[in-house]
Amino acid sequence: MNPSDRKYTKSHEWIKVEDGEAVVGITDYAQEAMGDVTFVELPSVGASFPKAGDCGVVESVKAASDLYCPVDGTIADVNASLENAPELINQDPYEDGWLLKLRDFDESQVAELMTADEYKASLDQDS
Amino acid sequence: MGDENEAIPTILTDRHRTLGARMAPFGGFQMPIQYDGIVSEHNAVRRGVGLFDTCHMGEFIIQGSSATSDLEHLLTCNVATLDAGQCRYGLICNPDGGVIDDMIIYRTGEVSYMMVVNAGTQAGDFAWIREQVSDRTELRDVSQETGKIDLQGPDAPAMLANLLDDPIAGLKYFRFSENRLDEATVRVSRTGYTGEIGFELYASNATTLILWDRLLEAGATPAGLGARDTLRLEVGLPLYGHEMGTNRNAGESGFTSILSPDKSFVGCEAVRRHMDGGSVLTGVVLDGRRAAREGDVIQLVDGETVGEVTSGSFSPSLGRAIALGYVRREHVQPGQKVKVVTARQDLPGTLESTPLYKEGTARKSLKQFLEASS
Repeated sequence: MNPSDRKYTKSHEWIKVEDGEAVVGITDYAQEAMGDVTFVELPSVGASFPKAGDCGVVESVKAASDLYCPVDGTIADVNASLENAPELINQDPYEDGWLLKLRDFDESQVAELMTADEYKASLDQDS
Repeated sequence: MGDENEAIPTILTDRHRTLGARMAPFGGFQMPIQYDGIVSEHNAVRRGVGLFDTCHMGEFIIQGSSATSDLEHLLTCNVATLDAGQCRYGLICNPDGGVIDDMIIYRTGEVSYMMVVNAGTQAGDFAWIREQVSDRTELRDVSQETGKIDLQGPDAPAMLANLLDDPIAGLKYFRFSENRLDEATVRVSRTGYTGEIGFELYASNATTLILWDRLLEAGATPAGLGARDTLRLEVGLPLYGHEMGTNRNAGESGFTSILSPDKSFVGCEAVRRHMDGGSVLTGVVLDGRRAAREGDVIQLVDGETVGEVTSGSFSPSLGRAIALGYVRREHVQPGQKVKVVTARQDLPGTLESTPLYKEGTARKSLKQFLEASS
């Protein structure tokens, strides 16, 4: 299920702080809802985004979904493996299927996001 | 028609839900979009065997001493040259050359036919056909009492042969036969919408349910409309409402073999005027994985607009994005470099003749698939 070592957004991104950077991906719920991911557009390293800023696209066979930056921050790295193996997002959304890393991000905004339990409750409420 | 509340179930809808399918309305029916995933279902059909619910499609019986000449007038393809036990793909056009529907006509006897049409167009088709055929020709909609499922893929022949009471080994491409499953009749047609060898199976609703269950028990992978779309797109088969419609002249489809030059049919003058000029349906292979979508503009590298995408998707078999679209005829040649303009970026690609996926088994001899498995 959703790991408790990270925070979650209403738009189904996760964010995990480690070694001074924040790793970002989409949740298991999101990958399941999208179906087979076939293409990912990721931002340029060095670009800065505000919280909820449109920072990429995740495409599946049938749909395309915007990716929103969970908190203010600057792109430190992106997952280059996804270029040729976007299916990693389906296979392992919380580890190998990560999307990007942020530096100089707003830690107070991270604190405000949902915990794993809160995210689960929000999904249960929607369904 | 897109409203889920108005969509009606097929006889198999409960089974799809039990299998955990993601459902959506299509053509007025509650249809499975996917079960385990579009890509795995797609690959099952290319490499193994997939099973599709196609009960949403419509079946009409057309018979009588004038049926052949009536159909010859109604359809773009030749009808009189069909043998009993043979079927053919063709179009129903309006007098302007627009496409009312695409269909397959089955000659079931000397003066009797079955026509198989799309789900969403069924009612309109029926009214149009009634208007076009002579009063003494019998026209009957048997969609409600006819089940249809498609078994497609290289493992389909052996699986079906094991199940039926009588052999299918002699069945050629675009031929059909009446077979038996526990004494019940199954019409086995060597056709499909995937580019792979396989069958469209017509039977009573009760027999269709038995057939569906037995084929799944035998190991067929249930496949939804999502995979059906990527499979047909890879082999360049048109989808009504996208590549074809009343707003697009049939002469631009490029399917010249089904636009008979030897006879008169409704719309033939208008169609023939569009067989050389204007635009023509073509394939596009994109360099990357990002999909072009319906309505995206196709340009030459220098920015001149030459066409429009009608269907686009990631191609699981090719590992890149592909599309179908109408492009001005003078620019259509294999290898022509183009770009597809999307909201976010221009997607570079190349025009290619269809099928874009060229390894399909649809036309191969049934025997080699039966022998390979025995």
